[in-house]
Amino acid sequence: MTALALPPTGLRFENIDKRYGGLFALRRVSLEISPGECVVLAGRNGSGKTTLLRIASRIVSPTAGKLSFPGAVNDSAAGRPGYVAHTTMVYDELTAEENLVLFAKLQDVPEPAARAEELLREVGLFERRDSAVRTFSRGMRQRIAIARALIHRPSVLLFDEPATGLDPLGISWLAKTLGEVNRAGCTVVMSLHGESEISALATRAVQLDAGAVVADTKTGASLHSILSFGGA
Amino acid sequence: MTKRILLGVVAIALVIVAAYANFFVAPTERTMGVIQRIFYFHAATAWAGEMVFFVCFVANLLYVWKREQKYDWLGVTCAEVGIACITVVLITGPIWAHPVWGIWWTWDARLTSTFVLWLLYVSYLLLRTLIEEPGRRALLSALFGIFAFLDVPLVFFSIRWWRTQHPAPVIMGGQGSGLDPTMSKVFFFNVLVMHIFCVFLIVERYILEKLRHDVDLLQREAEVQ
Amino acid sequence: MALFSNTATLLGKELRTEFRSRELLTTTSVFILIVLVLFSFATNPGTEEAREFAPGLLWLAILFASSLMFQSCFLREQANDTLSSLRLAVSDPFAIFLAKLIANTLFLLLTEALMLPFFAIFYNITVWSQLPILSLVLLLGSFGIAIAGTAISAISAQARMRELLLPLLLLPLLTPVLVVSATVTGSLLDRDPVIQWKGIAFLGVFDMIFLTALWIFGQYFLEE
Repeated sequence: MTALALPPTGLRFENIDKRYGGLFALRRVSLEISPGECVVLAGRNGSGKTTLLRIASRIVSPTAGKLSFPGAVNDSAAGRPGYVAHTTMVYDELTAEENLVLFAKLQDVPEPAARAEELLREVGLFERRDSAVRTFSRGMRQRIAIARALIHRPSVLLFDEPATGLDPLGISWLAKTLGEVNRAGCTVVMSLHGESEISALATRAVQLDAGAVVADTKTGASLHSILSFGGA
Repeated sequence: MTKRILLGVVAIALVIVAAYANFFVAPTERTMGVIQRIFYFHAATAWAGEMVFFVCFVANLLYVWKREQKYDWLGVTCAEVGIACITVVLITGPIWAHPVWGIWWTWDARLTSTFVLWLLYVSYLLLRTLIEEPGRRALLSALFGIFAFLDVPLVFFSIRWWRTQHPAPVIMGGQGSGLDPTMSKVFFFNVLVMHIFCVFLIVERYILEKLRHDVDLLQREAEVQ
Repeated sequence: MALFSNTATLLGKELRTEFRSRELLTTTSVFILIVLVLFSFATNPGTEEAREFAPGLLWLAILFASSLMFQSCFLREQANDTLSSLRLAVSDPFAIFLAKLIANTLFLLLTEALMLPFFAIFYNITVWSQLPILSLVLLLGSFGIAIAGTAISAISAQARMRELLLPLLLLPLLTPVLVVSATVTGSLLDRDPVIQWKGIAFLGVFDMIFLTALWIFGQYFLEE
């Protein structure tokens, strides 16, 4: 993986609330993630992991509280987190290359075509660069989504349940890729169920339940218990 | 509570007084006869309705800016009260027009743009029923409400300049310009009364909306447990 | 400026996506054609009265077609949640709207261009001589329709019953465009053509007001 263009960045959640009508998806969540950490968010379905990641990605705004990125160069494209979710967030009708060039251009990435090609090679989709994303398998869709998230060389990568729907080969590849990204200096935050090759990369784990932080390896909880409780 | 009851009593009493004035105080109009008396009520309700929609517009803007629920409640309240007023206007209009001019409807600027106004705010209410999540519902309907209100003067002028029937049966213009002094007084009294009555309706409907919200909140919390 | 470069990039994407499949253009064109034919069954084409109604019917057909055309505008961004990735990538969310409304205007103009010959034939009206001014009226009217349509499509995409809701919200909003465009087109295509500059200016004002409103409030339509 190519090295980062910018200094490492952390994430700071201060008393984040997210309400939908009367329901709290997140309650007074405060979390400080240091630059370069690889954090796993664990918890049952509905515990607030996806909401927290969407807030971190800035797609969703919190009802209350503050989100900041210590170390980031304000508001430039590279200061924005990369975000991978359940869908590819690219256009099915366009080719892999067209999609990446589009997102590169929008984020003012220098030499968008060259950067797109570079990423396609890194995720192993160069041969399929002229195929419409519509024709991709689940594993390939995962890879184009990652390429899109990394196109602007973000210093924070957010990943919502990366292993869903992947076969063991896919999971190995993903673990290898995420490891490389993290070693290159990118802060990684991902939500997971249960233990796997991917959770093994974690330097820290945080457990959410009913929208609140209930355990954190930073304050002494064990990685294993956080991950198994979340999976069960 | 007592203030509410007082407002209600005063509002209804004033409406009765206004009705009396319309029928017994105002002189009979020379050409149109008794049916003309409906004009006081019709035009006053139209003015009150337009004022109510303006308040709705302001509530919509305030919601988008401040995101406080009370502005959403005020918005839907004013939309409903406004629609009630306009419905009355659209019904009394033909009732007046038919005996006088022999037609049920005329495509004059005021009446037509009133009808489009009615359609716009009915759509506003419909939009609200089709969005479940309260925050989205409030925001999206406020945005539509803003666009709808911006449209209203455009609708009015487009019809006035390009669609008004020739010769146009003058619904308001002729009357307004040469009103007999007693008629004027009755008319403006009606305007005042209808505004007060609308305030009463708005207060009651707003409280109802707030209660509805509180009940909804309690229900959701009960479900979670 | 970032807004314009983002808009240009997104406009390229909108056009490329549409011209690859051409579904929107073909279905909209056929729909306008069907509506024009149905109108001629409902009225008595070829008579003098029909000539008077024809411009109004043309604009009515355009309005109905647009309420179909704008359905997919924001819905197609929901399939893979590309709306979120766009929002993350652009510096000004208005670029998303601007690109879509320019694309929608172009698509409307294209379908109108395809339909104009049929309209002229069905109703026995010569449009050729008035083409420059007619194009201006079509441009301003279609632009207004596209602005309102794009805004409303962003709203209806987030509600239930969106296929019915979109026309319900859009059509009352567009009554000024219908009234003025139909009148101006009518007097333009009359036996003694008259150019109603006041009407053309009015359409311009309508477009400016709604474009400004969308510019101010656009970001809120896309919030989550």
